[in-house]
Amino acid sequence: MGSSMSKGEIVAGCIAPHPPHLVYAENPPQNEPKSEGGWEQLRWGYERLRESLADVEYDAIVLLSPHWQTYVGTHFLGLPHFKNLSVDPVFPNLFRYNYDLEIDVDLSRQIHDRASEAGLAVKMMENPDFRVDYGTITTGHMFNPVWDKPLVVISSNRSRHYYSVEVMQEMMIELGRVTREAILASGKKVVVIASNSLSHRHFTTESAIPEDMSKEHITSHAMHLWDMRMIDYFRSGQAQRILDEMPEFTEQAIAESDGGGLSWLLSTLDVPSYPAILHGYGTIIGTGNAVVEWPARNYKEASE
Amino acid sequence: MSDGELIGSYIVPVHPHTVLVPEQNEGWGRLRDAFEDAAQRIKDSEADLLIIYSTTWPSIIGHQIISDPNPEWVMVDNDFHDLGSIPYSFNIDENFAHAWNEANQKRGLKSRTIAYHGFPIDVGSVVALKLLNPDNAIPAVIVSSNVYSNRAETTVLAKACMDVVKSTGRKAIAIAAMSLSNRMFTKPIEPKDDRIHSLKDDEWNHKILEFLSEGRLEDVGQLSRTIHQQIRVNKVVTFKPMWWLSGMNQNRNDLTGEVLAYEALHGAGGAVVHLDPAPSGTGDKEYDEDDVEYFSGERNVLDAEQSATEELVSNDSDTGDKIEQNGPALWEPTESEDSVNSAAAPKPVGAYPHARRVGDLLYLSGVGPRQPGTNAIPGGPIHDESGTTLDYDIKAQTQAVIDNITRILEEAGGSIDDVLDVTTFLVDMDRDFQGYNEVWAETLGQVGPTRTTLAIRALPTPIAVEMKVIAKAR
Repeated sequence: MGSSMSKGEIVAGCIAPHPPHLVYAENPPQNEPKSEGGWEQLRWGYERLRESLADVEYDAIVLLSPHWQTYVGTHFLGLPHFKNLSVDPVFPNLFRYNYDLEIDVDLSRQIHDRASEAGLAVKMMENPDFRVDYGTITTGHMFNPVWDKPLVVISSNRSRHYYSVEVMQEMMIELGRVTREAILASGKKVVVIASNSLSHRHFTTESAIPEDMSKEHITSHAMHLWDMRMIDYFRSGQAQRILDEMPEFTEQAIAESDGGGLSWLLSTLDVPSYPAILHGYGTIIGTGNAVVEWPARNYKEASE
Repeated sequence: MSDGELIGSYIVPVHPHTVLVPEQNEGWGRLRDAFEDAAQRIKDSEADLLIIYSTTWPSIIGHQIISDPNPEWVMVDNDFHDLGSIPYSFNIDENFAHAWNEANQKRGLKSRTIAYHGFPIDVGSVVALKLLNPDNAIPAVIVSSNVYSNRAETTVLAKACMDVVKSTGRKAIAIAAMSLSNRMFTKPIEPKDDRIHSLKDDEWNHKILEFLSEGRLEDVGQLSRTIHQQIRVNKVVTFKPMWWLSGMNQNRNDLTGEVLAYEALHGAGGAVVHLDPAPSGTGDKEYDEDDVEYFSGERNVLDAEQSATEELVSNDSDTGDKIEQNGPALWEPTESEDSVNSAAAPKPVGAYPHARRVGDLLYLSGVGPRQPGTNAIPGGPIHDESGTTLDYDIKAQTQAVIDNITRILEEAGGSIDDVLDVTTFLVDMDRDFQGYNEVWAETLGQVGPTRTTLAIRALPTPIAVEMKVIAKAR
């Protein structure tokens, strides 16, 4: 576990999903398309998450994004500043966002270096033309719309596809361990975020008004049951059980945990046995999404 | 009807190495040379359209087609960002893109065009267009690869594309941007150390290329699922570009194939292959699955009515034919000296032909909107098996009737322009006349036949409209 000599701290760990529909529904000035709202259950969930952390001091956000998909190891954004237009290749009608964000390159490199020492394949992304993925932008905006905290952005290594959920999880647990070590050694207070949905079977059609909530529901009862099962584990502090059931959950719910974010998050939080706070749950084009917070700041003794 | 056609097909790799650093590895250099060879062949062919199906542009809501006439940006690869950036500015045929989109929808596909400033053109399309069309002399169109689409949907996508190629008289080249085996090394490697990831992958790649070099494209399409299981990492799309490319080539097995290069790209199998439509005389095909003209699969999941429609179509295990449960049994069209029957038209519901030629005239049996093969009803049936009334789209039904009439007339060597007289039967004049009349105005109204429209109580199948046609015989 992390050094007790360090002053670094993980103040919270969150599941903060990234469907671009949420930003579209918020109508921020950075996003070109305009909506009549929609997906309020999740947007209210994000509101509650922001309120929960409003009085908590922290220095940086460390985020693993399933939509920066890398097949050759795990990558980290490695330049201090990124500014560009992000257009979602799947839902360009909803998300065309002008972003301007800061990266905590020091912390990125510290996690990168520790991961490399641990034998993981890693690479810093230092190409200034690189466009940050829409998942990072969506979660970044919904979590912190004023963008006043620097980010560490970690790619999603698709080792699940190359090997298995078990191998993916082994690698992500190791990445989580070194992420935690690096944060604790950095002296910084940090929020860690997995930017993933839960069950992930989409509708393959879109209603004429995308934000028409009369059309929104989970794709199937089986997906609902899996989402509720996971939420029960979140709320009852059974993180280890989530890791144990990750292969079944990922396969049967076609869950976005295949990107490794949830396994990484739980490992970074040292597999918490305290309850998480469910701030909201809702579906987006049929996929299950939860906004969840593990308030690690309140359980320091338990986790360090 | 004009005489557009597909004059060639290419398979090309998607990794950015061939654009950015071909000099770093001899194999990458050979792939670059093969790209340049292919570019010259395309130029010499006097093609006027490049059609790209890219596996590195996944989509969820049906298929997406780039329609921005001049997309410009800078592409940086998610994995190989350290190799550099690729600025692009492409020449897109927006009219073709819109026409293809409409053709997709006519064939039951979910589809939309994309023309947003800054839309990220995917790496596979960028590599293909940068190297095959370096001076942007030939307009292009790019389509996504739908994550959920199956063989039927992907085949219909190709057929819709060819509808437009033919009707617009284009000399088109089809390009599948894809890897063969797609397992890359999961760690950085030195360029000099690049090789196919495993002997097993290499052997499968050679088998695929052996088939392609013999022009046996449909065979590769039929092996697609097996190939995917054997040598593909399960990324977002399977080995489905072979379905699309085979569909573009009328599912032929006797093309003239040539492998211009085959090399490793960070462990994946990359090949540049040219498939010429000139018959090689090699293989015959055994078409192992239904040849689908219209997609009626799981798409309108938001609408309960559509689900009800789909449940109405089931498989008859005795005959192997799709039959409509919600209506009478289907018959093979009767044959006689003067009869005209089309496999591309829906089967009759009794013992009669699709049409009969008498002197200079062609008399068609009543034509409804049912789809050949699936028997699905575009726009939905008017009631379910129990007789419960359903909502339906009269415009979609009317358009489908006219499409079926067109197929029968084309079978007789003519076209929709030959229609002289039409008697239309509507089951609900008050509800449907306006919608029917709008579609008429845009289609047969442009041809100019005489017309009579009658209200009747019912038709044999759960449809709202049927037309009886007399046309000039050719």
